[in-house]
Amino acid sequence: MSENSSVQPSLQKRRFPFRLYFEPRLEEPPRWYPVAVSLGAILFALIIGGILIKLAGGDPIRSYIHIAEASFGSVGVLSDTIVKATPILLTSLACSIAFRMRLWNIGAEGQFIMGAFGASAIVLTPVLPANTPAWIFIPVMILAGMLAGALWGLIPGLLKAFFNVNEIISSLMMNYIAIAWVNFWVFAVWTEGGFQMTRQFPKNAWLPRLLDYAKAIPLFRGLTTHLGLVLGIVAAVILWFIIYRSRWGYEIRLIGDNPRAAQYAGINITRNVVLVMMLSGALAGLGGMSEVTGVVHRLQTSPVAAGYGFTGIIVAWLAKLNPLVAILVSILFGALILAGREIQPSGVPKMIQGVILVCLIASDFLLRYRIRVVRTGEES
Amino acid sequence: METNHSNQMDLSLVEKDSLFIEMHGIVKRFPGVLANDHVDFDLRRGEIHALLGENGAGKSTLMDVLAGLYQPESGTIKVKDTVVNFSSPRDAIRAGIGMVHQHFMLVPSQTVTENILLGLDRPRFRLNLKDYDQEIADLGERFGLKVDPRAKIWQLSVGEQQRVEILKMLYRGTDILIMDEPTAVLAPQEIEDLFKTLRAMVAEGKSIVFISHKLQEVMAISDRVTVLRKGRVTAAGLSTRLTTRQELARQMVGRDVVFFLEKKPAKPGEVVLDIKEVSAENDKGLHALNGVSLNVRAGEIVGLAGVAGNGQRELAQVITGLRKCTAGKLFLHGQSITNRSALFGILRGIAHVPEDRTLVGTSPNLSVTDNIIMKKYRQSPIARSGMLNMPVATKFANQLRGDYDIVVPNVETPVRLLSGGNLQRVILAREISGQPSLLVAVQPTRGLDVGAIEGVHRLLLAQRDAGAATLLISEELEELLSLSDRVFVVYEGRIMGEVQIGGSEPSSGLIETVGLMMTGTPLEQIRQGEAERHV
Repeated sequence: MSENSSVQPSLQKRRFPFRLYFEPRLEEPPRWYPVAVSLGAILFALIIGGILIKLAGGDPIRSYIHIAEASFGSVGVLSDTIVKATPILLTSLACSIAFRMRLWNIGAEGQFIMGAFGASAIVLTPVLPANTPAWIFIPVMILAGMLAGALWGLIPGLLKAFFNVNEIISSLMMNYIAIAWVNFWVFAVWTEGGFQMTRQFPKNAWLPRLLDYAKAIPLFRGLTTHLGLVLGIVAAVILWFIIYRSRWGYEIRLIGDNPRAAQYAGINITRNVVLVMMLSGALAGLGGMSEVTGVVHRLQTSPVAAGYGFTGIIVAWLAKLNPLVAILVSILFGALILAGREIQPSGVPKMIQGVILVCLIASDFLLRYRIRVVRTGEES
Repeated sequence: METNHSNQMDLSLVEKDSLFIEMHGIVKRFPGVLANDHVDFDLRRGEIHALLGENGAGKSTLMDVLAGLYQPESGTIKVKDTVVNFSSPRDAIRAGIGMVHQHFMLVPSQTVTENILLGLDRPRFRLNLKDYDQEIADLGERFGLKVDPRAKIWQLSVGEQQRVEILKMLYRGTDILIMDEPTAVLAPQEIEDLFKTLRAMVAEGKSIVFISHKLQEVMAISDRVTVLRKGRVTAAGLSTRLTTRQELARQMVGRDVVFFLEKKPAKPGEVVLDIKEVSAENDKGLHALNGVSLNVRAGEIVGLAGVAGNGQRELAQVITGLRKCTAGKLFLHGQSITNRSALFGILRGIAHVPEDRTLVGTSPNLSVTDNIIMKKYRQSPIARSGMLNMPVATKFANQLRGDYDIVVPNVETPVRLLSGGNLQRVILAREISGQPSLLVAVQPTRGLDVGAIEGVHRLLLAQRDAGAATLLISEELEELLSLSDRVFVVYEGRIMGEVQIGGSEPSSGLIETVGLMMTGTPLEQIRQGEAERHV
């Protein structure tokens, strides 16, 4: 954009024989195009990752094979991948529905922790006696977890709806309150012999795992995949129907895209802000419940508050806020987390994760713009 | 820059008709469209050169190329005999070319001064806005652009916002101002003010490109005119003194244009909308409506005439439940709708074609189908106990697409990809297909081309003949007088009077009466004056 380029380009010598032009797309690209772009972005990221591995003195091809094996290579590791993916899936669903309405709920982490707390309270208070059968225990815990999460979403929702308080700040702050709150109960009230954890839940308060059925089906031996996966997938399917096929979902999409048009169509925005924040919180809360009853089996801040609520934000975006796509992206993320630990506790795998993310997010540009290559000779 | 400028002023004395701009063989292609096909265009110093053509003829594209927004595939641009190649609007502004777009590029929450200074190098550090306020007020004074430098953009009417855009360009010292359909958003009085400003600019040696599809205005304001049709020049640089309206119309559309509408006599029925002494405030909290009373009967079109910003927008919002009124009552079929929700009105058959089709009337990233069901998704058969019946919705959208001539590849297309005319048809299809008992249409033809306007007029008349009550709020006097059966005139939130329009072409006396009311003379006074003259 220098003076001479604008005034007398003919005198300027061009070093490159080609020029790139970016033009906004004026029509919708075909359906396969976004998929191809995403795959291309991942491939591109893997090539960069390969260079990184090479620079670090490793063998890229062998490392990649190792990563694939470490996350999908056998039924066992696949199961571990899925266990990692389950909480991410539920928090990403929580974020998708809120983001759909352009409600920036950054509080999925806190709602997740509160969900874990709500479910644990059923066992630890105790609301139900320890010998309650699983078929009563689990549904009650699911409800408690979702309610606690919904409550945590309701507070920033009400603040936003009635006082126009920025939900990004309020929901983010609610995360810290949730962690402190749960720490209080874990450290003081429900502590097991002074440790920073509660006692283990009775077996009938655990979500059923595949290994529970190993006697009938030997293949399931040692597989820790739990009912939370089913909860997540059912939630994703229901959410898809809500967003794309229900009247409420239509209102959510309309408010998200153009609030003034929604108002003009007679839609009550205030009520929807509150409801969507509650639904978002309930989904994250369900994730917390699933994690505490399916994996940890006790309430403890460190493995529960592992940042799933924040990973959910990224996954929701990568899935373009589509709940069904979120299932696939969550599994990919579960694999990345698991395989990363397999190769190196920190460092290169995290870098590759980062590169993949940046490439995927950057590839969005290609969906909105067209690139035209022009030979400089042709211009004049 | 300064010395350069004065040098050229001297040159102009020698060479009176010197060319500011020469565009030669401009080609600009968009996916599937050849927007400019080897277009030539030139602009002389101190002239107003109109660029005339229907919507989609390539006028705006050509000027976007000149203003550095697009790079042409081929062709050359010369500014003051120097070949230029703009890679951004900044380059164009540096060369003295500024453009005022149809959609304004202003920051709503900032003041007029802040918007004008935005993107400039000064003030460097300390924002001593007061000095700049004065400077901008003075600049406005010089060119007859009245606007309060300290007002926030969102508080301004569309006409005032346009003045800010012009000031922005003048402040940057542009010699060549491109105005993209500047009158589309203005009321007659504002148009007159704009024309004065443009003439003042020309008198100072600046040149103006005036993009329009309104023949009348082109003839009134411009020195020369270039006509585009489907990306090609059909008439280049004709002097407006040597041509006629009919000739230009033929060049523009390639067929004869119908200027007047045939319509059947109205058969007014019962009163559908009854507004009694309604008052309301505008966004600034000032009185926008002061005791407005009017009524609309079934089977008639009632027009509301007035200069922009005299309460028309607020009245439409009060009727459709988007704004609360502070006094008075409204009745629909005898039932009170005073300060009820928008939904209350929608469910009782109030349809609304809003003033702003992109900001209010449609949702850009949702599909044509989603936009068409906006008022119907609550009711059977599209709603099915909380769920949406998508096959029915799609079928409905496809049916309207055919009936209302909406040109889209399919109904899943997001409406942000639609042209202005098609977008307006989506809104009209949605609002009219519900067979409303009352249609509130605000500027339904704004920014449409001649053919599309005719289509909208036919739709509105068909509605009337089918027994609907229509309140037509428009700033196009010609449109109001040719469509309406009765016209109310509003001025500063008060009704100045009501006139009956016969089936025939409105007389010049009638137009004069309406014009007087629009400038603030109540009807009784006009009648009195006439009576006195006769005595």
